[in-house]
Amino acid sequence: MTTSISVTVNGRDRTDQIDPRLLLVHYLRDVLDLTGTHVGCETSLCGACTVLVDGKAVKACTLLAAQADGCEITTIEGLAEGEELHPLQEAFWEEHGRQCGFCTPGMILAAHQLLSDDPDPGEAEIRHALEGNLCRCTGYHNIVRAVRRAAVAMAAAAE
Amino acid sequence: MATPTMPKQIGARVRRKEDPRLITGSSTYTDDLKLRGAVHCALLRSPHARARVLSIDTSGAEETDGVVAVVTGRDLEGEVGGLPVAHKIEGLLEPPHLPLAVDEVRYVGDAVAAVVAETAFAARDALERIEVEYEELDPVVDVEAAAEGGPLVHEDLGTNVAFEFPFEAGDVETAFRDAPVVIRQRLMNQRQIPFAVEPRAVAARWDRGHRKLEVWSTTQIPHLLRAQLSLILGMPEHSVRVVAPEVGGGFGSKLNVYAEEALVGHLARALGRPVKWTATRTEGFQATIHGRDQLAEVEVAAEEDGTLRGMKVRLLQDLGAYHQLLTPVIPTLTVLMLPGVYRLRNLRVDLKGVFTNKTPTDAYRGAGRPEATYIIERVVDMVSDETGVDPAEVRRRNFIPDDAFPAETCTGLSYDSGGYGAALDALLEAADYEGLRREQAGKRERGELMGIGLSTYVEICGLGPSAAMPAGGWEACTVEVRRTGNVVVKTGVSPHGQGEETTFAQIVADALGVSMDAVEIAHGDTDYVPEGIGTFGSRAQAVGGAALSLCLEDLREKSRKIAGHLLEADPEDVEFEEGELRIRGAPGRSVGFGDVVGAAYMADDLPEGVEPGLAATRFFEPPNFTFPFGAHLCVVDVDPDTGEPSLRKYVAVDDCGTVINPMIVDGQLHGGIAQAVAQALYEEAVYDESGQLVTGSLMDYPVPKSTYLPSYELHRTTTPTPVNPLGAKGVGEAGTIGGTPCVMNAVIDAVSHLGVRHLDMPARPEKLWRVLAESR
Amino acid sequence: MLPSAFDYVAPSSLEEAIEALGADPDARILAGGQSLIPLLKLRLARPGRLVDLRKVGGLRYLREEDGGVAIGAMTPHAEVAASPLLAGEARALAGAAAAVGDVQVRNRGTFGGSLAHADPSADIPAAVLALGATLVARGPDGEREIPAEDFFLAPWTTALRPDEILTGARIPVREGSAGAYAYLRQKASGFALVGVAAVLEMDGSTCRAARLAVTGAGNRPLRLREAEEALAGIDPTDGDAVREACRGAGDAIESPQDDLHASADYRRSMTEVIAARAVSRAASS
Repeated sequence: MTTSISVTVNGRDRTDQIDPRLLLVHYLRDVLDLTGTHVGCETSLCGACTVLVDGKAVKACTLLAAQADGCEITTIEGLAEGEELHPLQEAFWEEHGRQCGFCTPGMILAAHQLLSDDPDPGEAEIRHALEGNLCRCTGYHNIVRAVRRAAVAMAAAAE
Repeated sequence: MATPTMPKQIGARVRRKEDPRLITGSSTYTDDLKLRGAVHCALLRSPHARARVLSIDTSGAEETDGVVAVVTGRDLEGEVGGLPVAHKIEGLLEPPHLPLAVDEVRYVGDAVAAVVAETAFAARDALERIEVEYEELDPVVDVEAAAEGGPLVHEDLGTNVAFEFPFEAGDVETAFRDAPVVIRQRLMNQRQIPFAVEPRAVAARWDRGHRKLEVWSTTQIPHLLRAQLSLILGMPEHSVRVVAPEVGGGFGSKLNVYAEEALVGHLARALGRPVKWTATRTEGFQATIHGRDQLAEVEVAAEEDGTLRGMKVRLLQDLGAYHQLLTPVIPTLTVLMLPGVYRLRNLRVDLKGVFTNKTPTDAYRGAGRPEATYIIERVVDMVSDETGVDPAEVRRRNFIPDDAFPAETCTGLSYDSGGYGAALDALLEAADYEGLRREQAGKRERGELMGIGLSTYVEICGLGPSAAMPAGGWEACTVEVRRTGNVVVKTGVSPHGQGEETTFAQIVADALGVSMDAVEIAHGDTDYVPEGIGTFGSRAQAVGGAALSLCLEDLREKSRKIAGHLLEADPEDVEFEEGELRIRGAPGRSVGFGDVVGAAYMADDLPEGVEPGLAATRFFEPPNFTFPFGAHLCVVDVDPDTGEPSLRKYVAVDDCGTVINPMIVDGQLHGGIAQAVAQALYEEAVYDESGQLVTGSLMDYPVPKSTYLPSYELHRTTTPTPVNPLGAKGVGEAGTIGGTPCVMNAVIDAVSHLGVRHLDMPARPEKLWRVLAESR
Repeated sequence: MLPSAFDYVAPSSLEEAIEALGADPDARILAGGQSLIPLLKLRLARPGRLVDLRKVGGLRYLREEDGGVAIGAMTPHAEVAASPLLAGEARALAGAAAAVGDVQVRNRGTFGGSLAHADPSADIPAAVLALGATLVARGPDGEREIPAEDFFLAPWTTALRPDEILTGARIPVREGSAGAYAYLRQKASGFALVGVAAVLEMDGSTCRAARLAVTGAGNRPLRLREAEEALAGIDPTDGDAVREACRGAGDAIESPQDDLHASADYRRSMTEVIAARAVSRAASS
């Protein structure tokens, strides 16, 4: 069987007929060709597939695409404004907050929600907020610094 | 044309050139590839650790909608050869290792059939309709049982012992005779699952017109894979192109030639359609190599002042069910590195490599050296415990002295350069060791549990001289200067997070005086990069960077010739600095590098005997390994009620020789230390007695989360190596090698006053809780 | 990552959902999906039909009601964790909600979903049990109230009938009460190795009555009655007294979980330790 979904992804409206067993992450990757969202595990623990659904960080591997019907979705491809990187992207770059880059899109989007909720998090809050995202390369050290830098930059920009 | 003065790039903290694509989701990992008309491959794997395959009925799968093909091991006979093992071990038993098992399966995850279908769903659905009749056999899971006989993993061999590697140096018997201190301890280096966050994936396309097989794979070694695929698939090597696109972490787990690489390549050729396979994480756990799993029985003799007299080590390496590419080689590195940073002249090692019905082991970050470092660093702590000499002092008393370098070890290595005392002194000062010991004493009086762990390590990097390597230890590089002055570097190393697109550009920028933006570092495509070995063994900078340096020296030399001609001067008098070629002692007489490039390609005014163009290809053969070293300290608090250890402080002093980019070096150390903490405190691949991998997913295998790890405090000493022109030693594995014993030494130190001499990794809370309960 | 095929319906009323559920014996309710979808991906669950509640209105709320708080089944953990209405003893529930999984899971995972799934190591069940919550279910014959005490029957098994849907719960929030949730986590999955929800009814600085429930240790959430009795009459800010009262609390667990993450002994012993921590945390809140 198929089911119909209408979603807004990175600001663009889409309507598709899909197999109801299709996970959101596969819809994004295989149907919409947004391959910046990655699949790292199958037990909903690694967070590589994290996207924003109605502004909240969600594991796109743990959501049927059908469940996202009517939602607004932001993936890593939708974060920069044209050529202008989001402060989190800038900060991950500047602080060397990734090595192989595979966990990075999910990590950035999880951090995005943290900074929406708490614009001035300390190290403990940052680590807590990223518990759902595994990184094997960085030991998280520079990721924590990157999120901290982004928080400062975003606060400065907001002033 | 005057070139503006460039800041020196080598040694500078330069943010990475590769990052814009990684932070915007614009990079292409293997699973991101969209090959037109591609079909999906899925594998059926054995649920049993050991069983005879009586029959495989694929008819149900073949009838499933969308299925294109179903193949078993029998179908591959004569088409696809066995998987390789590279080694230089005399008498190694090499049982066949086929991409799809025939007749017998030997570990849970051993593949028996493949389905190819139009969609991933169809392939997955069809797997369930393959019926395999197994006759279950008793597996052998325990390495000691396997070594002593037990059920045979490969019955034809008549034994589970694939090789023995005895080693003896000095006079071990005398060293132990009348030794005032003799300690025996069993040390287990538990099995680890590498867990690169990107699962393995392979895609392949058969180009019928060119009769060429293109294979994209999550590999650390595209050129070695090209050669191996040509052999396995019986094709000329020029008919195989291997591409390692963006690769999401490896840690050794992608330094291999895997069944799926051969199988997917074969299927693409046989079906004439592009084929893609991406591992599920369950497959990642079961059918990607594991690391470590080495059991050591150690006996050490020492003086009362802590001086080491000699050591006897019995090593049993669990190989798993088959050899993968470097499976038997890994524990031989352990043997080489057992002396560590110490003057240890009397050493006997009895190493056996043993098959068991488990996933094959192979290189995992550190590959053999973490095992050695763990052994020797636990040994010096046990000697400290036994003699009452402070662990820092025991280390200092046994260090190879600064004036001994290059230092010959009893295992036949020649340590290139070192300054072990200085690294330890810097560490103790940075961490305020004495203050920590005072804090610990105070806490002990109050019944609180605090441990301080030390580790001083040396490791073997820059792998390595070809004579010591199973498949060549050189690295290749081509540098092409384009007509308009851009520089393309084609390197045989295949970075997957290590940042060579940046560090190599830094090296080029300094050598040729071009901006980093004018440099492209190409890697990972065997049709574009002529030759190479790959990225592993902390070799990319020390060997690949050295090959690049040789190319750059050639280009500078040729540039000087052309400049000399243009300036009507002797090339010997031409200096090449910051993109300017000047006549020594004649200010004002100069040409820019761009002018030289233009002349090289216009080619209408070149000096006699100089060919047009500006490009170089060089192979660098390292005359020796490199030996980075350092000293690590950490503080672990143990919750007296739960036994839970928590890592509060981590300070490291590392010396990896010349640093090209300190930001990248620090990042490598952070990640390396994190994997050390992971082994010491959290991770263990557990099999039950029937050979099931109990920790078969992230639900049961605790890859550390952000809250499990602290921030790290890093310091450096810099002792360049004479082995390569850069002076760089390598740093990819140092954190893991130095870190694991450091954390365990701290955990054990936290409870040593209760009479605990050793605990095996990982230091799970329950182990400590038991120790605490027994001491009450 | 590739679930087996199923029919999918997303009805817009509870009545239709109940009907859809009753029409197929292999049907399952899909709420937030944070427990079910991982099972689908591994094909450990193969429902014939999924009845998605996302379009059913009126199941996502958290409001004061009759001196307590009513929570809709579709309320995500993140909202439960952050709700200012969960004061006093109901902090035990907020704490449990905050302990669930990670941010992403708390954003999608729901209060009702966790209860109905009844994982023996889940956090929320311990809290509703300690709080003596009343669960509300709706079936073809209308609404039914189920005391938390009677809800969790066995691992992954509840008192819900096959054609019933859990719609919400009522949580008491008594004057002068205090509550907290404390846990040790299983390091890989993040589930509770041992989690204890503690609810204290206070009389000045004295604990008049206590209710403790443990998850992760046994094969379903359980009350720790002996410890509850021993806590009555003590000052719960007195750490030594609390530890003494909780001594042996784990003996209440008949068949402790025993696996590679922790032995039965350890879980029993940690029940006592974590119970004391939960009580102390409640007392100091």
